[in-house]
Amino acid sequence: MNDKKRSIEEILITFPSAKRFSLAILQEVQKEYKYISPDNLKAISNYLAIPISDIFSMATYYKSLSLEKKGEFIIKVCDGTACHIRGSLSVLDEVKRALNINEGETTPDGLFSLEIVNCVGACAMAPVVICNQDYFGNVKLGKAKEIINSCVKAVD
Amino acid sequence: MTKKILVCCGTGCLANGSQALVDQFYLETKKLDVNIIPQIKETGCNGFCENGPMVTIVPAHITYYKVQPKDVSDILESLDKEPVTRLLYKDDSGKPVTSKEENPFYALQHKIVLRNTGVIDPSCFNDYLEAGGYVGLTKALAMEPIKIIEEVEKSGLRGRGGGGFSTGLKWRSCHEITGEFKYMLCNGDEGDPGAFMDRSIMEGDPHSVLEGLIIGAYAIGSHYGFLYIRDEYGLALKHMQKAIDDAKANGYLGNNILGSGFNFSCEIVRGGGAFVCGESSALMASIEGRVGEPRVKYIRSVEKGLFDSPTVLSNVESLANIPYIMTNGAENFASIGTKGSKGTKVFSLVGNVNRTGLIEVPMGITLRQLIFQIGGGIPNGKKFKAAQTGGPSGGCIPEELLDLEIDFDSLKEKGSIMGSGGIIVMDENTCMVELARYYMKFLTEESCGKCTPCREGLRAMLDILTRICEGKGELSDLDLLEELAYVTSEASLCELGKTAPNPVLSSLKYFRDEYLAHIVDKRCPAGVCPKLIKYEIIPDKCKFCGLCVKVCPVEAITGKPKTPYIINQNKCIRCGNCKSTCAFEAIYVE
Repeated sequence: MNDKKRSIEEILITFPSAKRFSLAILQEVQKEYKYISPDNLKAISNYLAIPISDIFSMATYYKSLSLEKKGEFIIKVCDGTACHIRGSLSVLDEVKRALNINEGETTPDGLFSLEIVNCVGACAMAPVVICNQDYFGNVKLGKAKEIINSCVKAVD
Repeated sequence: MTKKILVCCGTGCLANGSQALVDQFYLETKKLDVNIIPQIKETGCNGFCENGPMVTIVPAHITYYKVQPKDVSDILESLDKEPVTRLLYKDDSGKPVTSKEENPFYALQHKIVLRNTGVIDPSCFNDYLEAGGYVGLTKALAMEPIKIIEEVEKSGLRGRGGGGFSTGLKWRSCHEITGEFKYMLCNGDEGDPGAFMDRSIMEGDPHSVLEGLIIGAYAIGSHYGFLYIRDEYGLALKHMQKAIDDAKANGYLGNNILGSGFNFSCEIVRGGGAFVCGESSALMASIEGRVGEPRVKYIRSVEKGLFDSPTVLSNVESLANIPYIMTNGAENFASIGTKGSKGTKVFSLVGNVNRTGLIEVPMGITLRQLIFQIGGGIPNGKKFKAAQTGGPSGGCIPEELLDLEIDFDSLKEKGSIMGSGGIIVMDENTCMVELARYYMKFLTEESCGKCTPCREGLRAMLDILTRICEGKGELSDLDLLEELAYVTSEASLCELGKTAPNPVLSSLKYFRDEYLAHIVDKRCPAGVCPKLIKYEIIPDKCKFCGLCVKVCPVEAITGKPKTPYIINQNKCIRCGNCKSTCAFEAIYVE
């Protein structure tokens, strides 16, 4: 986790300078830095020789991209239909209380971000909570804290 | 014959710990006699995720459910003996069943698209070949492209992505257009909440999708293709990439495929997480590196699609059908299904149903068979209320239509659509008004905002539905909803907007009384809408255990020793923690 981050130039060089790679580049930058900084927006715009407004509109349009820095752990509460009718909103409320943030926000220590996602395709295990890459299925009320703690422990 | 142990490693089973299970199998088989060591295979999704991890022994065809690492030694010991009874599935009468075919979840299924999923190792090229893979492609490459198109037309295959347009006809239109560059695309941007069939196919049998794509490319005369896959589908992306690399290495992709002189290459584009990118023109815009907004429909993508070149976009499930049709012939495929919808359909059967998962059934099966035979009915003895098909673009099907034979046309007639195949089962505790509000909220967020009817119409409908759910609705709201729904569906640019009113209109049609209860009586009959319900403790049932006090996040529950507890309604936030914790069912919703 504490590996040195690749520089923006190192990321850009792996892609040809063509407009159709803009989404892939943005995704790569998002993955590396957890957000798209104003400087990186400029760098991508220069590299692809397309207006920065185009890159900006991509970065704000696609859900997987963010202009604000996300936490180390991204907790996603699935609110797909199957999860919804099995009580995902109550699960969400519980996670909100546990982290003391609303959806779309990041804790002040930069550790957690909370997101609502619309279906991760794990409907048979609804309701589902995902922490980074780990799926937690059939989440019962009262389990939110446990899930959050287990994520932190797994990294420590 | 060597025994094989198939361990399901779909996303569902992996979440339930199947990787640890695989490791344990490898560890323990090392101790066995070299001559009897079974082969261990990590397969794709078997569909019955709720009972995972699943392990199947072949050739004996014994399937075990909810297997844990500690069960491994028992399974290995039983290989030449009687099966381990405690790990078998118990059918509705409680009798343990050994094979999948005897399991009521699988009994009615007919597998074409999922023929290899759960049987082969998706990352193993030879497994696919041994299962009859690339036979269809070999056959196709020896045919004239137009003959392939005729065969696909004859099969009656209709696009499985939602529209239900004839695949053969789409290919023919593109074939007839002359152009130097043509593109063959695969739509793997499955975004319908409650549907995961494409994910499972790409994870469990990626080569079948790829083979379908290559055959399609040859038929229309394309030499380059893209597979647009959701970024969230990590395992699907990994397996598809491996399939592309392996196919390339073995001469099934690239220049002069199988010595036929036909060239075709393809690459994966990861989606950016926008529901509307599943729409064809938005998807193409996204591949081009632009914002994924749809365009007007009089420009057909078979003429001017990706990079303004003739383009065919086919859905993952449609493509996975193609190798089967080429191998077994159009007649074989067309003998399955109904008059207007041939073949099978993969459905994700989820929600309030006993057996949830991914199933493949012939077109024309009834909802009753799906929900009560395959799905085993509604849990906890509750009553069936409705089934939502087609996700946010579809509608709900009420109890009186349970015997409807499902295909593209019958669902459309009843105000819903087939969509990509999500079937969400709802019991009496689902509020239909709240569900309509939920879908509207989803669509409002996902509307790209390019055209006004969709952007503003959906928002206006959401406002009304939210008001009704909060007990502030008026009777005139219902007329207004219908009017907005009409305008939105008539005037929107793309299918997202055109179909968006379906959940509202169908629930208004079949469950108007629920809307009236919210508006007139200020009551939520299903006990869901927080502003219209309250939690109460039944004094006679309360055993003063204090568990509810502990789980209440706002300290709304108070009580003295040996007297029933009381919920302070002013403090209560209606989270439902107390009700789900109470072991004595002493808390009820009003």
